[in-house]
Amino acid sequence: MADSSSSRVAKAKRHSRLVGFLIRLVREKPLGTVGGIITLLLLLTGIFADFLAPYGMNESHGVENFLVPPSARFWLGTDNVGRDILSRVIFGARISVIVGLAAATIATILSTVIGVVSAYIGGKLDLIVQRFVDAWMCIPGLIFMLVLIAIIGAGIWQVIIALGIQWGITGSRVVRSAAISIKENVYVEAARAIGCPTTRILTRHIVPNIMAPIITLFTLRVPAMIITEASLSYLGFGIPPPAPSWGGMLSGSGRDYMFRAPWMALWPGLTLSMVVYGINIFGDAVRDLLDPRLRGGVGRYGVRAKKEAKK
Amino acid sequence: MLIPTVLMVSFAIFFLVKLVPGDIVDALQTTIADVAIDKEALRLEFGLNSPLIVQYGRWLGVAPQPDGGFSGIFQGNLGVSWFSKVPVLELVAMKWPVTLELGLMGLIIGQLIALPIGIYSGLRQDTWGDYLGRTFAILCISVPGFWIGTMVIVFPSIWWGYMPSIMLIPFTEDPIGNLRMFIMPAVVLGMALGGGTMRMTRTMMLEVLRQDYIRTAWAKGLRERVVILRHAVKNALIPVVTMIGLQVPIIVGGTVIIEQIFCLPGMGRLLLTAMFNRDEALISGIIFIFAFILVLTNLVVDLIYAYLDPRIHYK
Repeated sequence: MADSSSSRVAKAKRHSRLVGFLIRLVREKPLGTVGGIITLLLLLTGIFADFLAPYGMNESHGVENFLVPPSARFWLGTDNVGRDILSRVIFGARISVIVGLAAATIATILSTVIGVVSAYIGGKLDLIVQRFVDAWMCIPGLIFMLVLIAIIGAGIWQVIIALGIQWGITGSRVVRSAAISIKENVYVEAARAIGCPTTRILTRHIVPNIMAPIITLFTLRVPAMIITEASLSYLGFGIPPPAPSWGGMLSGSGRDYMFRAPWMALWPGLTLSMVVYGINIFGDAVRDLLDPRLRGGVGRYGVRAKKEAKK
Repeated sequence: MLIPTVLMVSFAIFFLVKLVPGDIVDALQTTIADVAIDKEALRLEFGLNSPLIVQYGRWLGVAPQPDGGFSGIFQGNLGVSWFSKVPVLELVAMKWPVTLELGLMGLIIGQLIALPIGIYSGLRQDTWGDYLGRTFAILCISVPGFWIGTMVIVFPSIWWGYMPSIMLIPFTEDPIGNLRMFIMPAVVLGMALGGGTMRMTRTMMLEVLRQDYIRTAWAKGLRERVVILRHAVKNALIPVVTMIGLQVPIIVGGTVIIEQIFCLPGMGRLLLTAMFNRDEALISGIIFIFAFILVLTNLVVDLIYAYLDPRIHYK
């Protein structure tokens, strides 16, 4: 019984913390709130693309509707095979959401595992892993991903894996430096002294205490993933057509017809820029709110301790 | 530290490229479909029949080539392009000036945009100018180079009939024309770089301005110009130098994309062509050169860092 009630308390607390976080976001970071709204809009568009798009993503409207400029029927115009650009941009949101979230999740988990293990075990392992990361950072990221995708083939999951590996390894530095400072705390030593297995120390004592940089890493990775996927698709090494990737819409036919039908390249890129901009300012706001160094006065622990003392 | 890193990088590059399914022989087969090719003879010619480790040794220059000689990275040789039968270094020699010029101009323009705005933002924190500067910085990071590049080509040509030159104008023949040709691509590249530097400069300015020695400088009655330039900016820019060093991979990736948009015949385009042709020797060669430049830049940045910050000493 005690277990369930304590878990319920923990749940309620987390909930109130999330709400408290949102209230602080709106109150202290108006620009970040705008970014949050753009992020939310992107998410909703991605989820409900089927209901929002006026036409299917690969539905052609016949020869007479090739390269139609923006009009009442086709709000953003049509492309060189008569597909509605608005519908393709809306369905493109779904690809960006999937790629952004999945790749950022893989990258963050990879960074966390590498960073925390390397920092906690230290010694020779840390040295070897860090030299490996050094060497990795010397290979230009975009070029590594081009080669990797040439190996495993183009496609949405391949792109996600390539992005996840590349950014996961380079991001492990951030996690490692955060974990190293936590590792020296007395409570970690105490946990080791009472015989906690290493996995438990890592998952219960170290990772929860570096959650702030991990969340920040995640939010700042999402826009980077979206923009890199677009770049890869633009170069022809990303998600193959006819899938409506925003980057892919700018390459190939979007480029061939760019003088006759500039709207083909204009709208996907504009949407992409706005979305990445929105998530970036949202991520910045999240970082400012989570990073205790940028906050004046008492940290999170102080606040919680006071509340508990009142009870 | 330099040699182990280079070795590790070369190992990674070689096996990464080797893993790409299908080799040059298959690629040739698809390009010249009606000509019968003796596949085995070709594989023998390219040395593809030897074990991978031997091929890697040959590439490094520690194992003998089929003809018995040693020629590899240690001998300063990156092999011969499989597709055009021209030495990789010779191919690169024709292309690197374009990439270097683009990269350097992009870097300079990026810092020219970033440093003044970053310093201003840091000095006037939470004013309208600061908000504008920060918004602009995030915008620079968010707008993809390949899109703004395309727009920069399309709209001026539609509105004013302006067309950028397709042929490369060498700097030695027509410096003005050459610069005019590179200015747009360099600005697009510089924007992507400038955003990061701008934010870093602002953060560092904010941190430095709260230091005790700045208060001392004010208390001594120094003029504002001296406090800001001599005391604050000089110290705030030290980490920014590292940041600029870290941007070299972004420059390399950026030049690949920007050369593609603006049809500049540089190393990025050479790499993409090589990838479409499955020209393994050329691909590994170009990536190795890029990686080598990165390793060198990291070293140079460390040295500059030690020079700028007297607190750091390397033994």
